[in-house]
Amino acid sequence: MDFDLTEDQRLLKESVDRLIAEQYGFAQRKKYAAEAPGWSTTMWDLFAEMGLLGLPFEETLGGFGGGPVETMIVMETFGRGLVLEPYFATVILGGGLLRRGGSDSLKGALIPKVTAGKLKLAFAHVERQSRYNLNDVTTTARKDGSAYVLDGAKSVVLHGDCADKIFVTARIAGGRRDQDGIGLFLVDANAPGLSRRGYPTQDGLRAAELTLTGVRVNGDHIVSEHALPLIEHVIDEAIAALCAEAVGTMQVMHDTTLEYLKTRKQFGRAIGSFQVLQHRSVDMLVALEQARSMAVFAAIMASEDDPIERKRGIAAAKVQIGRSGKHCGQEAIQLHGGIGMTQEYSVGHSFKRMTMIEQLYGSADDHLAVLAKMGGLFTRPKAA
Amino acid sequence: MDLSFTDEELAFRAEARRFFTTEIPASIRAKVAEGEGLTKDDMVTSQRILNDRGWATVNWPVACGGQDWSPVQVYLYQDELQLAHVPQPIGFNVSMVGPVIAQFGNQAQKDYFLPKTASAEIFWCQGFSEPGSGSDLASLRTRAERKGDTYVVNGQKIWTTLAQYGDWIFCLVRTDPTAKAQEGISFLLIDMKTPGITVRPIITIDGGREVNEVFFDNVVVPAENLVGQENKGWDYAKFLLGNERTGIARVGMSKAKVIRIKELAALEFAGERPLIEDPRFREKLAAVEIELKALEMTQLRVVADERKMAKGRQNPASSILKLKGSVIQQQLTELLMEVVGPYVMPYQRDFDGNNEPTVGPDYATEAAPMYFNYRKVSIYGGSNEIQHNIIAKAILGL
Repeated sequence: MDFDLTEDQRLLKESVDRLIAEQYGFAQRKKYAAEAPGWSTTMWDLFAEMGLLGLPFEETLGGFGGGPVETMIVMETFGRGLVLEPYFATVILGGGLLRRGGSDSLKGALIPKVTAGKLKLAFAHVERQSRYNLNDVTTTARKDGSAYVLDGAKSVVLHGDCADKIFVTARIAGGRRDQDGIGLFLVDANAPGLSRRGYPTQDGLRAAELTLTGVRVNGDHIVSEHALPLIEHVIDEAIAALCAEAVGTMQVMHDTTLEYLKTRKQFGRAIGSFQVLQHRSVDMLVALEQARSMAVFAAIMASEDDPIERKRGIAAAKVQIGRSGKHCGQEAIQLHGGIGMTQEYSVGHSFKRMTMIEQLYGSADDHLAVLAKMGGLFTRPKAA
Repeated sequence: MDLSFTDEELAFRAEARRFFTTEIPASIRAKVAEGEGLTKDDMVTSQRILNDRGWATVNWPVACGGQDWSPVQVYLYQDELQLAHVPQPIGFNVSMVGPVIAQFGNQAQKDYFLPKTASAEIFWCQGFSEPGSGSDLASLRTRAERKGDTYVVNGQKIWTTLAQYGDWIFCLVRTDPTAKAQEGISFLLIDMKTPGITVRPIITIDGGREVNEVFFDNVVVPAENLVGQENKGWDYAKFLLGNERTGIARVGMSKAKVIRIKELAALEFAGERPLIEDPRFREKLAAVEIELKALEMTQLRVVADERKMAKGRQNPASSILKLKGSVIQQQLTELLMEVVGPYVMPYQRDFDGNNEPTVGPDYATEAAPMYFNYRKVSIYGGSNEIQHNIIAKAILGL
């Protein structure tokens, strides 16, 4: 057992750290957000150049061959910079579905483009009634010859406004919440019958509402007719990635707050000299370190093939991240006082991203209920 | 980054599990599992078995009978020991005074005390806190006056755990009353049979007799029982308190408690269904399990780091082990009380040899006493508030 990074991982970390430190300061981020798509195409090209867009893909297709640890490294650093680009939607969600579910022909055609920054992906699964339930699907897929025809609507599709192709879940058979009968389809952004409306999200990123009216999907774009296990695995990996991002975001909130406590003076002294604030600052550190530990645990569990064990680990991590994140975020604002409330200041932006991560794919309470129902984490060790 | 154990580490774990579950008497381990108090004999018996294998004092320098184990091995040893409900090696002997003597004692002290300390032939107790010196330990006033080849000790210690079993006591005493608080303190070893020592029990809220007051009235101690230099005792005390960094989280013990709670909650009913299937209960338990898993991972990070860290430097994560570990231990005692329901109520200690059958299930009798008793965990060894102060200063630089 060791927590050391390999030489390659260390180099990856150094280069991503440098990128964020030099090119993703608070003022720079503000500039990127003001660009037309709501993020920076220059940064996107830079990600491609650095190999980040090919991170999880096999090397034979031009990828980097990275696993959950590499994803953790990148996402934690992106969490520090509050990266706006559609990395999570394209590489983690779309890339995950493509990598695990795509046919060889589809992968061969698309992965080089994703890696080169020429193709952006998204994943449309939320519906008005579904909340975070991945098998609650009412969008329909009707067989028509060798094609499927999709009808329905999808909500809050992360970076769905800029995606070139969108993975869409639709029901082939069964009732609204049946585990079986869920298909996964890859829809071109300009497909006839697809309309979309983009909008900003609370954290400064982007999402879209989709309407599908008789959208035809053919050939290898019919990704799976029995998609739930695939989707669940990819979402588990995505949650692990979000846990790492959240740790980066929490780290910044902790560091920024600590710095503020040391420099802000009231009553003639640094407010960090007051014991009540010292103890609250320590509690932020505890929350951060516990979250960091569970982000590592999530990275280990993300590659677990047994879906039950994987779900246990991921659910546990999501609970910890949610609770720690809420604690760090609320304390960061409170300990800053008035300045923490302003758009002008960075900490509120971290708080907002953290808050959205808490909600994504289910809150801490949702995941706690899942884990508890599965019997928790610890079982009696086998006899010697 | 590779988070799986090597084949050698797995083999070590298996051997530790075998040893603990087959060599330590089941009767003793059952008491630990149920939270019953151990007799001195239980503690000594268990420690002797460990010591015969060299597994009582693994943290000591190798030359003094310790093991040259990797941090991962130490972790696995602790984890398996606690999971198997083996009594911890006597902390005063193994974690506290042993390492101090090994590090700062002279050769004669090492030769005499270390073997007896390892085998528990000497049962040590700790004389640090005083009525006026709790969190502010350096204000202690028990006086040791040099008279020829002896010290004459006068004063009072308090919260002395298991002093009723103690053969010897290691004390912080004031040898220079004119020096600054921390600078006039010495580390003195005192035979509990010396005339002038009185031990008086303090009954704690759970009804247990664990802690005591110890009075010193003109107790004459040979000067050769001074450890290290006179007036340097505070340094040795800091060494002692900083020694037990990872064990203090008691992760293995809490894991064993979680498993036990699940088993008992499967026996108890909440309405039609076993309590363990009650969503409200199982979610509370799962919430603690998650914190515990996170703490276990934190501990592993600290352990892995210890190999690389320069001596004396600390991973910031290590500082949270006691804070978080203590709260988790306390939360689990609350859940156990909830498990036993109405049978939390009967008080069944100290019935003076009465042979009445237990009221309710056996596992219920210690639930409330353990909850009451475990409030100590966030107080002893530097209260959690003191831990906050230490982290704020040492880690955060506030």
